[in-house]
Amino acid sequence: MPLLLSSASPTVDAVMLEARAAGFAKRSIKNEAKLAAIDLAIRCIDLTTLEGRDSPGRVRSLCAKAAYPAPGAPRVAAVCVYPNLVAVAKQALLGTGVLVASVATAFPSGLSSLDVKLRDTEAALASGADEIDMVIDRGAFLAGDENHVFAEIAAVKTLCGPIHLKVILETGELGSYDATRRASDLALEAGADVIKTSTGKIGTSATLATALVMAEALRDFARRTGEQRGLKVAGGVRNTKAAIAYLVLLDETLGDPWLSPGLFRIGASALLDDLLMQREKLATGRYSSLDYFAKD
Amino acid sequence: MALAYAPALESTPVRIAARYDHFIGGRWVPSSSGQTFATVNPATEEELAQVAVGTPEDVERAVAAAREAYERYWRPMRPADRAKFVYRIARAITERSRELAVLETMDGGKPIKESRDFDVVQAAAHFFYYAGWADKLRYAIHGSEHPEPVGVVGSIIPWNFPLLMAAWKIAPAIACGNTIVLKPAETTPLTALLLAEICEEAELPPGVVNILTGDGRTGAALVAHPGIDKIAFTGSTEVGKIIQKTVAGTRKRMTLELGGKAANIVFADAPLDQAIEGVVTGIYFNQGHVCCAGSRLLVQESVHDEVVDKLKARIETLRLGDPLDKNTDIGAINSAAQHAKISELVQSGVAEGAVLYQQSCALPARGFFHRASFFTGVSQSHRIAREEIFGPVLSIMTFRTADEAIEKANNTPYGLSAGVWTDKGSKSMYVAQRLQAGVVWCSTFNQFDPSSPFGGYRESGFGREGGVAGLHPYLSV
Repeated sequence: MPLLLSSASPTVDAVMLEARAAGFAKRSIKNEAKLAAIDLAIRCIDLTTLEGRDSPGRVRSLCAKAAYPAPGAPRVAAVCVYPNLVAVAKQALLGTGVLVASVATAFPSGLSSLDVKLRDTEAALASGADEIDMVIDRGAFLAGDENHVFAEIAAVKTLCGPIHLKVILETGELGSYDATRRASDLALEAGADVIKTSTGKIGTSATLATALVMAEALRDFARRTGEQRGLKVAGGVRNTKAAIAYLVLLDETLGDPWLSPGLFRIGASALLDDLLMQREKLATGRYSSLDYFAKD
Repeated sequence: MALAYAPALESTPVRIAARYDHFIGGRWVPSSSGQTFATVNPATEEELAQVAVGTPEDVERAVAAAREAYERYWRPMRPADRAKFVYRIARAITERSRELAVLETMDGGKPIKESRDFDVVQAAAHFFYYAGWADKLRYAIHGSEHPEPVGVVGSIIPWNFPLLMAAWKIAPAIACGNTIVLKPAETTPLTALLLAEICEEAELPPGVVNILTGDGRTGAALVAHPGIDKIAFTGSTEVGKIIQKTVAGTRKRMTLELGGKAANIVFADAPLDQAIEGVVTGIYFNQGHVCCAGSRLLVQESVHDEVVDKLKARIETLRLGDPLDKNTDIGAINSAAQHAKISELVQSGVAEGAVLYQQSCALPARGFFHRASFFTGVSQSHRIAREEIFGPVLSIMTFRTADEAIEKANNTPYGLSAGVWTDKGSKSMYVAQRLQAGVVWCSTFNQFDPSSPFGGYRESGFGREGGVAGLHPYLSV
């Protein structure tokens, strides 16, 4: 097994990082540019439901919205569910082009044995998951056991084979931008196809500054290896303005190839409604009541 | 697909008169000569307004008005009441911030993003800060229970931060009980005149603030006038030297804030992506029309190539164009003359053998624009390493040890600012203590606050503006 991430990661300084991140949110994207950005954001959504009370009926309803969000609007990239509901989602999305992503590896804490994590992933794959969203063991990472984290990611990736593996760093628990950068480098070296900010299960989810650190890791990785890997921001991206700020971040940090669902995802649920409302507003010149948008 | 940024133009809720008079003794007074000159929008090359030419007679009248206001209203006033006026000006700036920002951008060419989020905000902050000092001056100087104002201040300010520089001069001067005659720069008089309108609306007693427009001759008459007690000048080192000669042998006090050629020092252990942001802020903020701009980049040799690669990529994301577009990062060069000066120095850099890189964007068909640029392979002896360019042009040099970086950074007649980028606190402190510069930013650049003193070493001038130190030039013990 390829092991041991040796080279040190670049350090990150919070002051200028956050200043740069704030600059992305200041870009003013208007009119036709805004409409194009909204449609791109919709196409990049992993429409997500990860609640203890999720049921087959709830998932089918979400899938319907994922495939046909609104008249004229593009479909989302994927639906993201727990392993038990992958089969339901898969069937509901048959022929729509919308992928099914499953969380796995003892989501959201990741505190289980590697064996259990692999069995969890296997179950999701057996049910037909097109993508796997795994979590890293933050406890091991913070204890300094990078090899353990690396080995787990590599093992899950081996199991996934060509299936896309998104690795959730849960940056809100890592404590510093330096740690986020280190975890990003580690996940990429271990074989992550996509690095993802958060589970959405703790208070601090994706922020522009965190995403910028991860985008810089992706940019440096691409420069070093020639390989383009993806970014997923999850949790806290609730409105159009926030989503567009992330697109600006990608545009100015990574460039065109990342402005596509192949290399960028937004894990969200409420965001889609706001994007649809803004889309409608651009088309008609007025805001519609939220009652006009299906709540799913 | 690429993410397009459609034009996002700021609307222009500002009324510009065809012609402006001086503001003297609380009234709008035409030039005694009847002459006016044009002020131009550098982004369109179109005339915005005609502005009065200040003659020696106008200076005479303005100084007399300031003297009368000083004796009659301002010095005798209770300090707490003076503070109320200064607070009132601060609030009015905040209330009219959008108008001021748009006018600043139209008259000077700076991006609306900067005038809106920096210039106007800082200008209001200075008035708020010094308003608070007005009735607490006994705490400003150790050992002086009752410091007195100095009298009538004559002030000449530059075109790079027109409103903000007016605020830097007026706020401490009037908070301390002085009155002032201020001459804005020839190319950017409009926001100072709007500030005069604000003083009028704030019912500031007539003559406390007087705004006199004109060119270098007006400034010379103001400096030479015997009724002036203190000169406060911000501008070029060349003019600063002339002023110092003029004032020699008189009772006039003086503070000068002059040019700079600041070194931004990047060590190999610095967080490089963030250092690049500091480099960009350092030299491309306000098109490099910044006296404390980080115009020399000293990079540790082992990371030179990486830094240059990152900087090349970063300047491609800078959006150059209409300063009124909210997405514009690089606006217009302030004037045709300044544009010619920058171009001449860039040519000298190429001729002396340095390698020029520029962002690849197209330039607008009209207006004075200059691409974000930097030179590699620069030697300490090159003109672009020694002379202040005052434009979006960076000179990159290398060093191997901290002591070499310090030596190179200090090897200039100037000493206004410097930047240090390293992950090690001890190294930061070691270098900062040895840099001969009025302000040293560690792991950041171009940060300002009214409570923080600003000013130069050596040919960058003397005296401090901002903070408690900024009160001293306006007080006698």
